[in-house]
Amino acid sequence: MAALVTLGVLAPLGAVMARADWPPSLGPGDLAAIRFTLVQAALSALVSVVLAIPVARALARRSFRGRGALVTLMGAPFLLPVIVAVLGLLAVFGRAGWLNGALAGIGLGRIDIYGLQGVVLAHVFLNLPLAVRLILQGWQAIPAERIRLATALGFSHRDMRRHFERPLLRAVLPGAALLIFLICTTSFAVALILGGGPRATTVELAIYQAFRFDFDLGRAALLGLIQVAICVMAGAFAFGAIRRQEVGTGLDRPALAWPGDRLLARLADTAAILAAALFLLLPMLAVVLRGMPALPSLPPQVWEAALRSILLALSSTVLAVALALPIALLAARLARPALVEVLAFLTIAVSPLVIGTGLFTLIRPFANPVALALPVTGLVNALVALPFILRALVPAAMAAEATQGRLADALGMAGWARLRHAILPRVIRPLGFGAGLAAAFSMGDLGVIALFSMPGQGTLPLEMYRLMGAYRTDDAQGAAVLLMALTLALFWAFDRGGRFDAATR
Amino acid sequence: MLQLDDLRLTQDGFSLALSARVAEGERVAVLGPSGSGKSTLLSLISGFTWPDQGRILWAGEEITTAPVAARAISILFQDGNLFPHLSVFENVALGLRPDLRLSEKQRVRVTESLADVGLADFSDRRPATLSGGQQARVGLARMLLRDRPVALLDEPFAALDPGLRVDMLALLKSLSDRHGLTLIMACHDLRDAERLCDRLWLLEDGKLVLDAPMVGVRDAPDPVLQPWL
Repeated sequence: MAALVTLGVLAPLGAVMARADWPPSLGPGDLAAIRFTLVQAALSALVSVVLAIPVARALARRSFRGRGALVTLMGAPFLLPVIVAVLGLLAVFGRAGWLNGALAGIGLGRIDIYGLQGVVLAHVFLNLPLAVRLILQGWQAIPAERIRLATALGFSHRDMRRHFERPLLRAVLPGAALLIFLICTTSFAVALILGGGPRATTVELAIYQAFRFDFDLGRAALLGLIQVAICVMAGAFAFGAIRRQEVGTGLDRPALAWPGDRLLARLADTAAILAAALFLLLPMLAVVLRGMPALPSLPPQVWEAALRSILLALSSTVLAVALALPIALLAARLARPALVEVLAFLTIAVSPLVIGTGLFTLIRPFANPVALALPVTGLVNALVALPFILRALVPAAMAAEATQGRLADALGMAGWARLRHAILPRVIRPLGFGAGLAAAFSMGDLGVIALFSMPGQGTLPLEMYRLMGAYRTDDAQGAAVLLMALTLALFWAFDRGGRFDAATR
Repeated sequence: MLQLDDLRLTQDGFSLALSARVAEGERVAVLGPSGSGKSTLLSLISGFTWPDQGRILWAGEEITTAPVAARAISILFQDGNLFPHLSVFENVALGLRPDLRLSEKQRVRVTESLADVGLADFSDRRPATLSGGQQARVGLARMLLRDRPVALLDEPFAALDPGLRVDMLALLKSLSDRHGLTLIMACHDLRDAERLCDRLWLLEDGKLVLDAPMVGVRDAPDPVLQPWL
């Protein structure tokens, strides 16, 4: 299975390499795309981690009603389809959005969400929660006794900064920033909607344009290679951080009372929490408020696309689980988690659009790739979700091997009986969680499908994008509510399924 | 004298209710099964938790709700005593000044304190490069440097192997004699208690079921002590 996944990534990559224009000739537009990709990713990473510091600090040291809900909310943008997030941001920060309405009300000029600032805004919205979680994990890894010790030693506010926060940030921030940088370099959907034009095109978007509008496969492939090079470089640095990041670990340890607290700190924490909650909640609220009324009158093609998306999400989840489970079990049996790291690195380094371009070139001599748009998308989505499932699954599988696995060996259990009674019960819960993530990602994906699809064949995010492009804002907003609801419902169903199964054993 | 007058606390379904006294310079071992209230009792004395009712007095002065750092008490935890990014010297120096701005005189005191626990040559090392026993000594050096008359120890050497634990208890005994410490130590093992302390408290379900001098505790053992012998 691991070999199959490697092949699934490397074969398209090989095809991209073979098809790329050689010798490479990059126009000014391509160079601008490279520059923009790096600049927006660096800015997004920087702003995300800087804003995350006060929010994480506040969450680490304050107990308040709704703290648990806010921490959960920090996970929501991770699941939220990018296009829904962007629509929500448009509703708040866009031309006719709430913020501009308010600004006009007090006689101030409008802000423009398109271009670099919009792309960075959307990336911060999507990645701020990740940055907060990474820093908060650092806080929560500090033994409670050490904070008590600080109280006993009479630490002041400044001592807390010096002996707790600064060492923590030094350890966490570089990795967190690199990870977000890496994620933002592969940004496609955000750039597709909020970017574009010579001044705000990412490499991924340039691949799409070369492919879709110019049908210049050689250039698309060349840009694909550049994208891979950017990801490999960022990924090599961020690898440590990615490895440390646990998916689905509980961040619900109660807040600890800090020594050296003072009024100013309390006010700053309150402001940070309120601002973060508003920034994250308002766009989602806007989607729901504006979309709900449009829901009953959605055109039939939206419902058809929704059905297609659900089927696609389910199949790509099944595929992802079928790939992930044997790999996780093998890695656990051999006690080689490194195997998983290599696969994760591969699927991160080679972005979905690059795999898509490669698959297109591979399929074209034998069949019409456009007719195979949905299966190809399903396959790519499964590959993209793989590292997340593995990360949830492998620690549990290794723990099961170390305990029940040994017991099963001692009892002479083997084969299916060993798997069924000793290992699976212990991994079913993280498997449910991982499958939920895979389903949510696939449901909300707007990437590969945009490369291939024909009208009448699109998924719900693509249909939503088309509606936005046609200025059918009401329908797009209705579709966004539907997409958001379906995505969260799919995640919930899988996650819940894993828990339920675990609880009955 | 440390006085615990009719302390009562109910927290998360657990209740603690006791009165006791500790003479100056006395060493008390608090023995009891997990969940009997040892940590809660230490938490009350150190000030991390306040009682629902009752009073705590040290040398006649009420300290029931005094800030933790203002009490005449220093504390040694089971772990988490050291900051990984600071050197051994700096970790000890936190006991004098959390901002680490030490005068020359204070630097000498830190060095002396390290010498007292046998770590004179370790000042520049990071905690991660020390053994468990050495780490415990660093915590001990800081506790002594604080120069507070009362020392609270929450199962301080539980993570050490038995031989090392015996050494640490002997070191603690000689140092507390020298500094005239009043000491309260929560522990799990009667033998550890006997090595260091002159008085034994036995806690069960948040109640003090035995308060007796250590001498002779095995000769005519109270029935409640049976499981610990």
